[in-house]
Amino acid sequence: MSGVHAHVLHYHGHSPVHRLASHVKIVALFAFVGAVVVTPTRAMWAFGVHAAVLTVAVGLAELPAGFFLRRLTIEVPFVIFALAMPFVGEVPHVEVGPWTLSVSGLWGAWNVLAKATLAVGASVVLTSTTEVADLLAGFDRLRAPRILTAIAGFMIRYLEVAIGELGRVRTALAARLGNRTRLTETGTLATVSGTMFIRAYERGERVHTAMLARGYRGVMPLPEAPPPTSHWNGVVAWVATAWLITATALVSA
Amino acid sequence: MHVPDGFINAATSVGTGVVAAGGLGVSLRRAGAALADRQIPLAGVTAALVFALQMINFPVLPGVSGHLMGGALAAILLGPWMGAAVVSVVVIVQALFFADGGVSALGVNVLNIAIVTALVAWPVFRALMRLLPATRAAALGAAMAASFLSVLASSTAFVLEYAVGGVGGAPLDLVLGAMTGIHALIGVGEGLITAAALGTVLAVRPDLVTGLSDRTLSGGETRPTGRAVTAFVAGGLAIAVALVVFVAPLASPDPDGLETVAEQTGFSETAEEHAIGGPLADYQWSGVESEPWGTILSGVVGTAVAFAIGLGVVAVSRRRAHSR
Repeated sequence: MSGVHAHVLHYHGHSPVHRLASHVKIVALFAFVGAVVVTPTRAMWAFGVHAAVLTVAVGLAELPAGFFLRRLTIEVPFVIFALAMPFVGEVPHVEVGPWTLSVSGLWGAWNVLAKATLAVGASVVLTSTTEVADLLAGFDRLRAPRILTAIAGFMIRYLEVAIGELGRVRTALAARLGNRTRLTETGTLATVSGTMFIRAYERGERVHTAMLARGYRGVMPLPEAPPPTSHWNGVVAWVATAWLITATALVSA
Repeated sequence: MHVPDGFINAATSVGTGVVAAGGLGVSLRRAGAALADRQIPLAGVTAALVFALQMINFPVLPGVSGHLMGGALAAILLGPWMGAAVVSVVVIVQALFFADGGVSALGVNVLNIAIVTALVAWPVFRALMRLLPATRAAALGAAMAASFLSVLASSTAFVLEYAVGGVGGAPLDLVLGAMTGIHALIGVGEGLITAAALGTVLAVRPDLVTGLSDRTLSGGETRPTGRAVTAFVAGGLAIAVALVVFVAPLASPDPDGLETVAEQTGFSETAEEHAIGGPLADYQWSGVESEPWGTILSGVVGTAVAFAIGLGVVAVSRRRAHSR
């Protein structure tokens, strides 16, 4: 999660998945992740088929494999964590090459790796094919609390400003302190946090005044009408496939 | 600290999700009056700031780093309800837009990172301010203690969720000891950052601090004093050591993974003749007779050594940065 910018998430395109209404894609994401999480750990074949289902979505979205795989690397910290599990799990143990590993720990690691990878993959498809503003509008159409989507909207709009400000504070520190500018130094980070909060707050006040001047009355104007949702059938079939796999795995487990 | 998908089972994820949604709903309703119109841009801008600050990691131990959770800072600055709502939005956006933290673990992450931290930090901070004299130094000390406890409470909440529905079969006492021990160290970092950030805000715009809106502070400190920092770091370390030592190893009679590896590969026989086996071999102080005391002593020494190595690494990298 280092240095990701909101618009970098989006992969410009005109695929069928890009054209889907955002709220349909959000529902599909939750339904797919649900199916993956409920799948029994030991039904390894089921995860293979889930991966195939996900690949279909990646293909329909016309995302290049390199782009998709690079975005998957967001989960590297979880992978490291998962790899530690076989070493701390309980008995019984098995010997694998030079190591003796916990059986339950191995299954745990597989469980996290498989499920997290599939879920992150599905999430990458959603965010790559949907503009951020459209995504927020999708949550609005799904009746998410308006306050939440409003805060999230401002947050995403100002994320780049905040990250840019952090960079400028860094530059300012470098100009004044020479080499002692590593932000990992607790003291520096602390002062920067305080300064940035004040700047953020005062920017919030200025933004609000500016919005009032432009006719803001406490509610953001409604987003334009959702695009046609003619692809509902395809999405339902896609989600149903994932759940069919999960159901089969559950029954045969 | 962001829990991925597949780490907590489905039933527990749903249950935690319901609790988190309830907590978020209450927070939104209670914050509603304040959030009306004027503060929504402010809440959004603050959320962007918390997001940016969470991207910066600070070293805790060699190989372990923590990042600011921001729940305590947000609660003290914005009040508990708005603080919880703002950090919740950060966590939700991280999961849905940046795939940081699982979609199915959304409830777990919102509860641990946003709601538990804000709702622990706020009452602790307010109670301490009622007990302590109305000075800036006291406010900074209260902020340190409140954020330390909020991080510890957050990691405890995670262990509870792991106990109910965790996968992977790591022994619970080990998870509890390791998680709370490491988070006590992260809590020290969080406490120092929160206090110093609060000091800066108090110096420039004291009117912005919701947690101190009803009192006027005397004293001009904008940073915690050296003695307070020393006492806080020492206290935090003592708690970290206590957690690692008393919770983690005592209840676990099975040898851990590494020891088992050593035994089965014949490593341990060689180790006995080796100096590496040393006084910490098998996590027991060889000169001490009774087993639990030996384990405890080894744990203390081990934590101290790890901390010393950590300090050394920081010192060396600092010197390198200077000489560059």
